[in-house]
Amino acid sequence: MGRVEIRSVSKLFGEVRAVDHVDLATDEGEFLVLLGPSGCGKTTLLRMIAGIETPTSGDLVIDGRVVTDMPPRMRNIAMVFQSYALYPHMTVYKNIAFPLRARGIDEGTVRKKVEWAAGMFKIGRLLDRKPRELSGGERQRVALARAMVREPSVFLLDEPLSNLDALLRTSAREELRQFQRRVGVTTIYVTHDQVEAMGLGDRIAVMSQGKVRQIGTPLDIYQWPADTFVATFVGSPPMNLIEQEDVLLGFRPETFRPSDAVEGSEGMVTFPFEVTYLEYLGAERLVYGNVGEKSHARHIVSRLPGSLTLPLESGKTYPFAVARRDLRRFHRKSGLAFSGETA
Amino acid sequence: MSGPAHPAEPGGGDRGGILDREGALAKLLIAPAVIYIAAMIGAPFVLAILYSLSDATTGDPGLRLVGVQNFQAALSDPVFRLALRNTFVFTLVSQSIVIVLSRVLANALLKPFRGKWLVRFLIMLPWTAPISLGTIGWLWMFDSIFSPIDWVLRYLGMLGTASALFGANTNMYWLGVPGLAMASVILVNVWRILPLATVIQLGGLSSIPKDLIEAAEVDGATPWRRTLMITIPLTLPIVSIAFLFGVVFTFTDLVVVYVLTRGGPVHMTQVLSSWTFFKGIEAGDLAQGAAISLFMFPVLAVAAIFILRMARRTEVV
Repeated sequence: MGRVEIRSVSKLFGEVRAVDHVDLATDEGEFLVLLGPSGCGKTTLLRMIAGIETPTSGDLVIDGRVVTDMPPRMRNIAMVFQSYALYPHMTVYKNIAFPLRARGIDEGTVRKKVEWAAGMFKIGRLLDRKPRELSGGERQRVALARAMVREPSVFLLDEPLSNLDALLRTSAREELRQFQRRVGVTTIYVTHDQVEAMGLGDRIAVMSQGKVRQIGTPLDIYQWPADTFVATFVGSPPMNLIEQEDVLLGFRPETFRPSDAVEGSEGMVTFPFEVTYLEYLGAERLVYGNVGEKSHARHIVSRLPGSLTLPLESGKTYPFAVARRDLRRFHRKSGLAFSGETA
Repeated sequence: MSGPAHPAEPGGGDRGGILDREGALAKLLIAPAVIYIAAMIGAPFVLAILYSLSDATTGDPGLRLVGVQNFQAALSDPVFRLALRNTFVFTLVSQSIVIVLSRVLANALLKPFRGKWLVRFLIMLPWTAPISLGTIGWLWMFDSIFSPIDWVLRYLGMLGTASALFGANTNMYWLGVPGLAMASVILVNVWRILPLATVIQLGGLSSIPKDLIEAAEVDGATPWRRTLMITIPLTLPIVSIAFLFGVVFTFTDLVVVYVLTRGGPVHMTQVLSSWTFFKGIEAGDLAQGAAISLFMFPVLAVAAIFILRMARRTEVV
């Protein structure tokens, strides 16, 4: 149970195409991440799966059933909102019990299930509190418990970690991943944060301007971006792009190193790299500069491990090299990767 | 020394003007409000208490205290007891209608539709017009002979023939029949308070985060359950405020009754405020008028306490 198919779904808000002919299908029990910048249509797509928005065209299928025109309550999905959307006038217990009571489940079963869900998220001692008496992390757990309590076939999450502080976010991410593995519910997770996407997703669908640009495992997305958008959106700092005739040549900053630090020169492409400035970030060093040839973005970046203490100064030019197998080629006009070069 | 000038250092010689001394500034800024309340509310209130314990008349407003005999006289007066009862009927019935209608209107106004601004404008209109002018308009509507309402009823065949729904008379005599007169007064008051209540309800409804409604939808709640479990509890504090404001406005209102019926027919629409006016000003018995008006005080005080409590609750949620 828990297979979501999106068949050529579009959503127009007036003249604006928020979602543009998206085709997507999850596997059972998969953790799929919708990744993209704000306004790319990822949240709209999630809301259509939930049934809060109606697609302008196309169909949504959950477990083989066309649900396009069904109200949310008939879809057996659960959703965690970015704001958590806890009912402020209800205690934690009543919040978690709400989806069960809405289904007319008897109070004995409700109590058992609420206690089960609260135990799973370690919020048993908070059941009598109101949401305003909870910390951000506790609220997030309550929202997850409320979503899980009725054992939905699909679990939708809309940036559920974005309201947590950085430290909590990392641990919450890990917990969420472990929890999803344990329960095995198909999960669709929306985020603009590529670190979250890479860390959580079995697969990632990268979206931009209402379209899915690429769908694949985190490794595919990072190593073999389907176009220059994915190449520059995923990865921080993004993939370097330089223009060579009709081709854009791309390579990741960590593959671009001083020739002196590379053993042997076989299979290497060397560029004269004029360093403009350096950033020392502790674990790593970012070296900004240009390579003479026209670079696509303003700068070319090299990312060196902090352990590499080779002296570099701004204003000087050094030979830098990148392995041929780390080079990616994109059509200059369309931005698409050369065919046969994506995994 | 060159470079930018330093701001005055704390504890330095420069104490700054009144604008820098927060304590003094606070007193200065709050003074107008305190003076206003003391002069326009406090003083008349004290005066009313003194008058109610005296035998003052408009001809002789000197203060000779006579104890509580004005209150005893008021309580033994059947017109006063009728006015007291009418005040509660008038207030509670009209406010109950207002709360229901304003919720319906507010719900409708939340939805987008063509010409919404015009509807909003029309709904707000009664609130912006002076009460007395609007009520005089209604006086004409309820005219015993030329009432357009009667005309419409006659046109529809509901009035003026032997078999008509409202009888064979050519007119309803809205303000001349006891039950109808009370209904008319209530109707006009509803018309007058409705805009304010609608705006308050609209504020309450639109302050509910959309997420909550959507979450309830995804959680499987039917529209009816969403209203009952989410919308109503979340707007309850603000609806209570709308209700209590309406109660205060209606309880103390003189204009609607004064313009439409003057308390008639035979005191059937007499309320405390109108009876205060007729006794204390028109009949000249200041002491009696003051005593009658003070009977409103406990109800208003309780309403005020509840308003303040509710206001605090809305702040917390």
